[in-house]
Amino acid sequence: MAARSTPEVNAGSMADIAFLLLIFFLVTTTMDVDTGITRKLPPPVEDEQDIDIKQRNVFKVLVNSSDRLLVEDKPGNIRTLKDQAKKFFMNPTNDEDLPEKKLEVIEHLGEIYVSKGVISLKNDRGTSYKMYIRVQDELTKAFDELRDEMSVQYFGISFDNLVDDTKRQAIQKAIPMAISEAEPENIGGN
Amino acid sequence: MARFKKKKASGQQKINTASLPDIIFMLLFFFMVTTVMREVTLIVKIKAPEAAAVQKLEKKSLVSYIYVGVPLKSGIYGTESRIQLNDAFATVNDIQDYIIKEREQRDEADRKFLTTSIKADENTRMGIITDIKQELRKIGAFKINYSSRKIYDLKK
Repeated sequence: MAARSTPEVNAGSMADIAFLLLIFFLVTTTMDVDTGITRKLPPPVEDEQDIDIKQRNVFKVLVNSSDRLLVEDKPGNIRTLKDQAKKFFMNPTNDEDLPEKKLEVIEHLGEIYVSKGVISLKNDRGTSYKMYIRVQDELTKAFDELRDEMSVQYFGISFDNLVDDTKRQAIQKAIPMAISEAEPENIGGN
Repeated sequence: MARFKKKKASGQQKINTASLPDIIFMLLFFFMVTTVMREVTLIVKIKAPEAAAVQKLEKKSLVSYIYVGVPLKSGIYGTESRIQLNDAFATVNDIQDYIIKEREQRDEADRKFLTTSIKADENTRMGIITDIKQELRKIGAFKINYSSRKIYDLKK
């Protein structure tokens, strides 16, 4: 009788308790993915020098302090901005006023005309951040769509689904994300 | 001296589940450790703007955040947009120091991949954002990300 071993504690429910804790942590941890528009800032300019860019190669977008657009010196609309930018960049009819193209040889794509167009974005200090992001978004969308179209044309698959890195780079080279932001000027005040 | 062993009752042998809690605990600890709860307590109000063409911000350990918005306690701190770095209000002049400190915390090899995420309220004026961008350019933190919520295009 004395040699009887101590009765084991029933540990069967331990797993349940641990599971409960586990599920609690799984549910409460918000793995919210940070999303945003990625941009690369230009390095600071030492002395102001005018880089000669032909007028036809520049697509001017201005946003004033009351969030209104001026696209190529005409009042613009955010809804049509994307298509305007696309049309400008690709210059499908080889218009004299739209950007020049340069013949380049790119791996996977062969000889291809690369547009020299640059989108110049300028905003006022009083522009709202919301509007600025909307404009940036529309411009990004324009480039995304152009890349998509080219990707479908050459590889038969959308750019997002393109896994081959060299092919991605080829398309990025053929359609460079040319958004330039002008040096800030204090025009409208805060 | 014959000893008779009692024959065990033949039937299904129970699987020993004693180690099950340990396994689950291991999973639990894994999740507890890996979930990064490094988010600072916000003292400015931020409602990120919406955008469709957004990219995921990868490698969160290589991101430093700059928050811009109206202070939550606007009764004390006013309704002007302010910059928040770490847990305190800051001015535009503090950004360079902040970026330097953030860089020093990282491995030397990782430093060039450091991204600065600007988390600004949608009603912020661009003036303050432009100032931040100028400071970032001066210090050489060129990779930036305008934090925005993803919306889906209905047309697509």
